[in-house]
Amino acid sequence: MLLFTCPNCGPRNETEFHYGGQAHVAYPESPGELSDREWAEYLFYRENTKGLFAERWVHSAGCRKWFNMVRDTVSYEVKAVYRIGELQPETLERIASATEPEQAQPLAPAQANPTTASEGV
Amino acid sequence: MSADHLPEHPEFLWRNPDPKKSYDAVIVGGGGHGLATAYFLAKNHGMRNIAILEKGWLAGGNMARNTTIIRSNYLWDESAAIYEHSLKLWEILPEELDYDFLFSQRGVMNLAHTLGDVRESMRRVGANQLNGVDAEWLDPKQVKELCPILNINDNIRYPVMGATYQPRAGIAKHDHVAWAFARKCDEMGVDIIQNCEVTGFIKDGNKVTGVKTTRGNINTEKVGLCAAGHTSVLAEMAGFRIPIQSHPLQALVSELHEPVHPTVVMSNHVHVYVSQAHKGELVMGAGVDSYNGYGQRGSFHVIEEQMAAAVELFPIFARAHVLRTWGGIVDTTMDASPIVGTTPVENMFVNCGWGTGGFKGTPAAGLTFAHTIATGSPHTLNKPFGMDRFETGHLIDEHGAAAVAH
Repeated sequence: MLLFTCPNCGPRNETEFHYGGQAHVAYPESPGELSDREWAEYLFYRENTKGLFAERWVHSAGCRKWFNMVRDTVSYEVKAVYRIGELQPETLERIASATEPEQAQPLAPAQANPTTASEGV
Repeated sequence: MSADHLPEHPEFLWRNPDPKKSYDAVIVGGGGHGLATAYFLAKNHGMRNIAILEKGWLAGGNMARNTTIIRSNYLWDESAAIYEHSLKLWEILPEELDYDFLFSQRGVMNLAHTLGDVRESMRRVGANQLNGVDAEWLDPKQVKELCPILNINDNIRYPVMGATYQPRAGIAKHDHVAWAFARKCDEMGVDIIQNCEVTGFIKDGNKVTGVKTTRGNINTEKVGLCAAGHTSVLAEMAGFRIPIQSHPLQALVSELHEPVHPTVVMSNHVHVYVSQAHKGELVMGAGVDSYNGYGQRGSFHVIEEQMAAAVELFPIFARAHVLRTWGGIVDTTMDASPIVGTTPVENMFVNCGWGTGGFKGTPAAGLTFAHTIATGSPHTLNKPFGMDRFETGHLIDEHGAAAVAH
């Protein structure tokens, strides 16, 4: 049983949550102009990362709110939890630089990028 | 007893060769599907200068972790065709491979617990019969006759309202299946190379020309990926995307018991499937863990729910003990059907997405994937299972028959 920290309710058992797959998949800006290939990508293709993965969860048996999580898909360790609408923390870079001490830098503020900026829920 | 007195080591079933500099084809993944593919490449297409690369040991991934159920009672025509062909191959393979891997056609029952289940099941029985797949509908009394330890009382949360039954379905000894294929592959000159992890691909433009491995670079004309849960990792190395998600799937066994369970019972609704292995252990599986994962383990509450379902259906199991549990990594697609076909990279082919049901598909995956690799285009049976279906919209939605139980 995994233990997740809901941004609203705090630490709760995994059984209170439901999975929502990859986070930050934006709805196409111009759906009418998409090719079949692009529709396929939007509907059926998701990252299947081995390692750090940004994903959505919903606290169904608690506040019933969706949130995002960065989790290691090999160790299942949760690296970051953040609210829907918040920009993805630069967790990947942070952890990468933390493992190489000579490159350790003060944490930069999260950078906006086109994917997260237009994210739907 | 000193080492001098130990019996001779039994004859090895395959050699452990070092990789050669080049092959006509390289299969990545030494599980059931990789072995079956190499077998049919050698046997049906005369390709003998081929290698199977396995990062761990032979058949140590999902081939060692599945619950060995073999059936072909899928709903849609495309699925019924490929799985029924697979079942027919299972029926002849013990003789063809000259190896008795204890294929036991003890039948598979899929229980119905709701009116929705009943309607879906009857529809599937009808579809199966039209496709030449043996299938029948059983009422609860007939269910009880076939499997006396099943509880068909209506005092449980989800009473048994009937079941579909496929008499030709059954189980086999998975390790022996792998060894049977491996021995024949080896006899035909296939190099089975274990402890050889693929770390990259060598490409000339968009054409693959070689494989980088932990045991050096290997040139090859063709590459076939049979890596199940790790296919996305390989696809990324090769430079293309593949629409699969890897999930943990758990199973468990009890300690050994006298024979009590004569068939295979599966329930999608309460999420458990049970058979009793030849040795006597009860073998059970459940649904996948919901999250993406590569850890070869899942969460305990899944096991707990599976046990609760098993004890309700089989009250006799309340006194059995779990001996061990484990997890494998299954590669699921959005339509719960496999992907067997070409890739955007020239001379690279992919067989994946079998999700929770790859074991039963082993012979047909091997046959059709070998055809695809050898000829460069799909066999009739796997033509509908190309990646292009996600663009054309010709999905083969088998969630009803495949999403949970295998």
